[in-house]
Amino acid sequence: MYEGPVQDLIDELGRLPGVGPKSAQRIAFHLLAADPADVRRLVTALTEVKDKVRFCTICGNVAEEEQCRVCRDPRRDLAVICVVEEPKDVVAIERTREFRGRYHVLGGAISPIEGVGPDDLRIRELMTRLADGTVTELILATDPNLEGEATATYIARLVKEMDLKVTRLASGLPVGGDLEYADEVTLGRAFEGRRAYS
Amino acid sequence: MGVPLYRDDAIVLRTQKLGEADRIVTLLTRRHGRVRAVAKGVRRTGSKFGARVEPFMHVDLQLHTSAVESGSGLDIVTQAETLAPYGETIAADYGRYTAGTAVLETAERLTAEEREPSLRLFLLTVGALRSLADGEHVPTLALDAFILRALAISGYEPVLDSCARCDQPGAHRAFVVAAGGVVCAEHRPPGAPIVATETLRLMSALMSGDWPSADAAEPKTQREASGVIAAYLQWHLERGLRSLRLVERS
Ligand SMILES: [Zn+2]
Ligand SMILES: [Zn+2]
Repeated sequence: MYEGPVQDLIDELGRLPGVGPKSAQRIAFHLLAADPADVRRLVTALTEVKDKVRFCTICGNVAEEEQCRVCRDPRRDLAVICVVEEPKDVVAIERTREFRGRYHVLGGAISPIEGVGPDDLRIRELMTRLADGTVTELILATDPNLEGEATATYIARLVKEMDLKVTRLASGLPVGGDLEYADEVTLGRAFEGRRAYS
Repeated sequence: MGVPLYRDDAIVLRTQKLGEADRIVTLLTRRHGRVRAVAKGVRRTGSKFGARVEPFMHVDLQLHTSAVESGSGLDIVTQAETLAPYGETIAADYGRYTAGTAVLETAERLTAEEREPSLRLFLLTVGALRSLADGEHVPTLALDAFILRALAISGYEPVLDSCARCDQPGAHRAFVVAAGGVVCAEHRPPGAPIVATETLRLMSALMSGDWPSADAAEPKTQREASGVIAAYLQWHLERGLRSLRLVERS
């Protein structure tokens, strides 16, 4: 236990994902010793991210305006939607430059053991986007792990009766892994080799 | 502490992200009970055993009781080989996935203490997952059979053929979770729900493994049995099961 403000900082840092008590302490003391200008930049970045960044009203990706950069881009193909779990997956797929359609960010995967069901994700919004028939292909790019598979299974069944080509990223992705950790080449190949959902 | 390295086979009950690329996996092991362990680097490309330490998987493991991390109660997975990839078939069917998740959560919650061996619960869990993966029965029936038998192993077998309060034999139909089964007219508290005879018969069939009768039960009977079994399970657990409300019921 440390003096008030230091302990407060350690407590706050310790609430971040992946930061244990030891790391929280290390970061706190790093900040304490850091140049005040550096710390102010961090404070500004934190404030701005909460003030300025929102979620795209179309796809759920992070956006600085009403809509995200991808949805605002007129060159993107409106006929294809790639479904991902998190905004960071959009970044990973954009890096491959293989995909020219738009995205739909679910906000996670279906995980009953964590109490997360279909209604807790942006699945209803996806169905609304599919309703007018503009979209002809749906690529399910949820994480290549068990919860991602189950989420893809659920969505594929939901749209089964629609006149829609549903594909899943080709295997070759590390099974069990997170999409964001796939390198560009592997992820790019997975896009090229995507297969129709049975 | 004894030998820091040990080997066991296990069902992966739950995984949680840890730090950048690791996972904490909760395991139901054959000989060491419920164990939590760190699987390092499994979320990265090219991980040796990423796919093997996913929920529903039956794996042969080598675990290391780390002196550094033992304070946190976490072992480290040093090797993992797949014995049966139940997760693949279960995740490919949403009904099986949700029922299977409730099996895993029930198994986790009924092992109150870590590292307390329960071979019977382990075998029952393996059996339930195998049945779900093979699609032998309606997923919710497989789940209900598992819950009833898992409760029986834990000492909470419901009384179905005599009054749970006074032992008077007979086809009583008021099921009282707090009493541990059906009760006679005299011991029936006001407002206690009456269930159909077919429902109690189905529950007996699920308990005894009479699958031909269980599979033949009407959907209405299956639904009522599921409701009674869920209420009975929740009564024996301190907190409700998160996955139960998300189980897909046809
Ligand atoms: Zn967008
Ligand atoms: Zn009685």
